[in-house]
Amino acid sequence: MALLGRTANGLFWMFRYIERAENTARLLDAGQRISLTNLSSEPDEWQSVLVSAGVEAAYNAKYDNHDPDNVVHFMLCDRDNPSSVRASLETARTNGRMVRTALTRELWEAVNESWLVVQRRLAGKVSAHELPAVIDLVKRQGALIRGTFQTTMLRNEIFDFANLGAFIERADNTARILDVKYWLLLPEHSQVGSALDNFQWRSILRSVSAHRSYAWEYDGEYRAVNIIDFLMLNKRMPRSLAYCYTVIEDSLKFLDRNYEVRHPCFETAASLSERLSGSSVRQIIDNGLHEFLEAFIRDNNRLAQEIGQNYRFYPEV
Amino acid sequence: MKPFDEMLISGDEVREPYARFHEWFREQDAEALGEKASEAEAFFRRTGITFNVYGQEEAAERLIPFDLVPRIMAKSEWDNLADGIEQRVTALNAFLDDLYHDQEIIKAGIVPERLIAGNEAFLEEMRGFRPPGGVYTHIIGTDIVRCGENEFYVLEDNARTPSGVSYMIENRETMMQMFPELFAQNRVRPVETYPHHLRRSLAAVAPPACEGTPTIAVLTPGIYNSAFFEHAFLADQMGVELIEGSDVAEIDGRIQMRTTEGYKPIDVIYRRVDDAFLDPKVFNPTSMLGIPGIMDVYRNGGITIANAPGTGISDDKAIYSYMPEIVEFYTGAKAKLQNVPTWRCAEEDSLKYVLEHLDELVVKEVHGSGGYGMLVGPTSTKEEQEIFADKLKKKPTNYIAQPTLALSTVPILVDGGLAPRHVDLRPFVLVSDKVRIIPGGLTRVALKEGSLVVNSSQGGGTKDTWVLRD
Repeated sequence: MALLGRTANGLFWMFRYIERAENTARLLDAGQRISLTNLSSEPDEWQSVLVSAGVEAAYNAKYDNHDPDNVVHFMLCDRDNPSSVRASLETARTNGRMVRTALTRELWEAVNESWLVVQRRLAGKVSAHELPAVIDLVKRQGALIRGTFQTTMLRNEIFDFANLGAFIERADNTARILDVKYWLLLPEHSQVGSALDNFQWRSILRSVSAHRSYAWEYDGEYRAVNIIDFLMLNKRMPRSLAYCYTVIEDSLKFLDRNYEVRHPCFETAASLSERLSGSSVRQIIDNGLHEFLEAFIRDNNRLAQEIGQNYRFYPEV
Repeated sequence: MKPFDEMLISGDEVREPYARFHEWFREQDAEALGEKASEAEAFFRRTGITFNVYGQEEAAERLIPFDLVPRIMAKSEWDNLADGIEQRVTALNAFLDDLYHDQEIIKAGIVPERLIAGNEAFLEEMRGFRPPGGVYTHIIGTDIVRCGENEFYVLEDNARTPSGVSYMIENRETMMQMFPELFAQNRVRPVETYPHHLRRSLAAVAPPACEGTPTIAVLTPGIYNSAFFEHAFLADQMGVELIEGSDVAEIDGRIQMRTTEGYKPIDVIYRRVDDAFLDPKVFNPTSMLGIPGIMDVYRNGGITIANAPGTGISDDKAIYSYMPEIVEFYTGAKAKLQNVPTWRCAEEDSLKYVLEHLDELVVKEVHGSGGYGMLVGPTSTKEEQEIFADKLKKKPTNYIAQPTLALSTVPILVDGGLAPRHVDLRPFVLVSDKVRIIPGGLTRVALKEGSLVVNSSQGGGTKDTWVLRD
């Protein structure tokens, strides 16, 4: 059966927003852990949460301080913020309704139920002491959706477009976290490779459920090279850029075989993927981590646009 | 007079079709049933079986309340009804074909020409055109009310775009999940085959341009439409595409949908978009919901549109009043199903009668639907009656009136047990290479005691509807 371009678009964005809801929740989790340590020498942690989520300007238009309650409300409940957990799940669910015919009943119900539950929880203010429970709820609903997706959906192009959305969003998110925090890793060039006693990084790894897997992959010490390798180049780490691009390339290859056409987006993905597999951490640091990430975020976005064009997400104007 | 109750003849005496159910019900624990009711509601919420109510901003998505007590019909009751329905939908299609061709029925002086000429629902664009298979109205939801043991009336034909079939199917699904034992005890005919029959019916009227297996699509106005859930449900159940106007374009004389692999022609379109919005090149030019050029493609045999444009003329309530004559004219037999007696306010004597009896009649707009713009005499205030009297005098042709029928009741579950409430019935009928009638339908129930308004837009609920095998 043919797949409508609009449906492919709906699937793509539905899964971007499911991923985003959870990423936003994880960012808040890290933000709270770090701010709880009250290290006065460090800059405003809540600001970096806003920057990582790419919503600082929108926030500043509404508030003139970084009061934790305001940031938490803005990131969790505010429907004016398209990346808030509530708005993200609403957008995911609206897209899900639109592409209802492409989803299994189980997946649709998981999305709809998650939206119902989370929306009800976020309808009022969420106070600081409730935050861990709310974040946990969002993560659990995300797991429910992903589990249903994995276990009930046919492995066809619907599955591929959904995965493309999820992993482009995830790659964007990991790259942004790194970009906001890279200065912590590189206080001075000379210290690269030396052990970091860094509570911040432990918190960040923990917020992406990776503090234990980091210990599996490397020694227990937090070293800048290892953390960068882990979050960018390690293909076993499910939130790393390299892992995301393995899934993205695979999904595009499946679509490619399916449609017997090679679209330009395939080349874009391949070149991004090569950029990750062809570099070592040292090279990336020497050439400038920030520059690398900036280019990555830009090209990752470009890939999303190309996929939309190549697979006719929108009518020709 | 006490209205006819379909379950209880009096006190403890139960009508035959309900015998087994009633026995089961008496063994149930009231509290457990109450829990089942909230379970059902949670199920509907999670499934997203919701509808949008126009003009109500909050609670954009509402549930239609579902009552656990099924509405049960015996085989013989249903068979008679189905016979009458088949006769009626056959006549309706013949009538539409005649109206858009030779208009014999007007020449014979049976239906007055003024009801057709100048009626917005009559489309000049359909004149002289015969849709594939000669079918005009493919999907019909005949509204039927019951007033006694053998007294059934057709209230409306709904030959344009009847909705509610998804509730028929989901209500059954819910009941089977909650009370499987009831289906072991009663031999209930299935309704879940409807999407399968719909697909077959649509495929059987493919246009001349179709090659191979017909490609079918459901056209929806989009997710903000009140019946979007149903549009998605039907497309999903049939395994066909759910499209919006922006998904398709006219290319090489066909209507083609934009897929990830390029454009693909559609052969049969089940549209849930009104005539006025269907083709901005022909009808309402500002429509964003339609498909520019589809009428040309249609007339050239490039696509089948179900239901055909222009079928709305037979939903006109003034035309309805002529249905007994229409049925007889085309089938050569007396109508098996009765019409509700109807006063046409366009006729002077009738208008006079209606104005004098506003407090006992139901007055409806001839083009209205969904329970909007009507007056229910017995429950209206003097003020409302006066407003309606003014409207009637100003534009009498716009109204018909009917007696307030003593609709039958079926019990619903309330805190104290069972309580009778008024119901109607909408069976769903498919017309194509043959007539397919799904045994059952949507029973709508007025949840307020004594209320006769069953429309979901006015707070009515629904019930699962059983047709027994024997």
